[in-house]
Amino acid sequence: MTSGSNRHLQTSLYVVQYFALLLILVVAWQALSDLGYIQPIILPPPSRVLATLWGMTTSGLLARHIGISVIRVLEGFGIAALLGLALGIGIGLSRTLDRMTGLLIQLIKPIPPIAWIPVAILWFGIGEQSKVYIIFLGAFFPVIINTIDGIRQTDHKLVEVARILEVSKSRFIWQVVLPGAFPTIMTGLRVGLMVAWMCVVAAELIAAGSGVGYLIMDARQLSQSDVVVVGMITIGVIGKLMDSLISLLEKRVITWKSVFSGV
Amino acid sequence: MSTKHNERKTEPRLGIEGLSKNYLVRSEAIPALDGIDLTIEDGEFVAIVGSSGCGKSTLLRIIAGLETDYAGRVSLAGKSITGPGLDRGMVFQEHRLLPWLTVEQNVRFGLKTGYSGEVRKLVDEHLDLVGLSGFANAYPYQLSGGMAQRVAIARALVNQPELLLMDEPFGALDALTRIQMQQEVLRIRKAEKTTMILVTHDIDEAIFLGDRVVVMSSRPGRIKRVIKVDLPHPRDRGSYEFVKIRQEIYREFFKEAELPFSYAI
Repeated sequence: MTSGSNRHLQTSLYVVQYFALLLILVVAWQALSDLGYIQPIILPPPSRVLATLWGMTTSGLLARHIGISVIRVLEGFGIAALLGLALGIGIGLSRTLDRMTGLLIQLIKPIPPIAWIPVAILWFGIGEQSKVYIIFLGAFFPVIINTIDGIRQTDHKLVEVARILEVSKSRFIWQVVLPGAFPTIMTGLRVGLMVAWMCVVAAELIAAGSGVGYLIMDARQLSQSDVVVVGMITIGVIGKLMDSLISLLEKRVITWKSVFSGV
Repeated sequence: MSTKHNERKTEPRLGIEGLSKNYLVRSEAIPALDGIDLTIEDGEFVAIVGSSGCGKSTLLRIIAGLETDYAGRVSLAGKSITGPGLDRGMVFQEHRLLPWLTVEQNVRFGLKTGYSGEVRKLVDEHLDLVGLSGFANAYPYQLSGGMAQRVAIARALVNQPELLLMDEPFGALDALTRIQMQQEVLRIRKAEKTTMILVTHDIDEAIFLGDRVVVMSSRPGRIKRVIKVDLPHPRDRGSYEFVKIRQEIYREFFKEAELPFSYAI
């Protein structure tokens, strides 16, 4: 009885802790706007942002832009994940391949995806392909780097066990190397998806007629600051949802260990 | 000695002649093992004791085939050891189970063949042997240290190796579990009749389990003495003969002035 109500109390406390900071910020933002400290043209009050959000949601406008952006991300990220995993596993397992590709990867990696926009437009035009290419570039490196790292960190002690038991190469890869690298690979995919989502907005800011990035850019030109803020919030919320989804997936797959939950 | 392998050959199970190994530390050769000669017969249980750094683990790793860079001759049933092989099983100080596989899958990991009724039977038999039939579907993180080490023993034995190598297998366990595991090993030995080599720093453990106790000295690792333990199983750790052998081994490590056993009695 008591432990049950205690647990309820604790759960409510956690919910409060989770949302408190956000709520305080929004309330302060509204209060400062009402008191006239924040000009609506610089930052519209939450009430107006909410009204705009409601209007854009009911008209289906927001959903259309989100849908287009999400599809671009899934395309770019999907290619990056496939290629990054395949190449990462190959490079992780082969020292020769690592030596041959290492320099190129390290030279291209620091170039931000945004810097690729001019050549992307030259190569692929201003259509879908150039955007997908930018997204692919953003997501590719986190995936491949983490995959290589994960494989390199294979526990030497387990490698010895496999040697003693004369385990076949394919079994060694599937049952020793890849499961061990899995958490690191998942981190790479998670970071990759985040970067992909940030890149879609960047790509749409420059040359697009649709998508959340375009929505922000278009509203800026029309001085609709409330639409700009709605676009920004949308980016944040979708990004958070994607991250939650992937970590949920990770927890579903990794059943063999208990996760450190903080002190 | 059992007579069951007599028709096979007169070769000893394991033969070590003039074995030496150096480690390179900053391009300087540090001797780890020096002139080791040892012969182990079929079905024998040999315990190797020595202080840390005496090369006893290196010796075991050479027999396992994990270290191949050495001078001298190490042979199994007359054939030189050049690498790991299924004729030797090994249990390490840490259980080294694959965390993502269940107990049953971990034992099966030692088998070459795929999933079949025969494999299932082998795995079941060996889980039964170490007393863990009810834990086939548990993951390693759900097991206690002693249980995990039992699974490791089952994995090492599932290929029915001729030689089981154990590198301080119970060093990380608490004293009570350790004694329990020692009795377990005796039982397994009786059931499987596998030749066993145990490396340990626990002198009592060595006397309790070994037919012979090999005492090694440090830097470089040499065999100082080989002591035969001619006592029937189960051995009483408090018996006169047991204590006498313990005293003999202690003497190899400590000067006469300070014999810790004399306080223990």
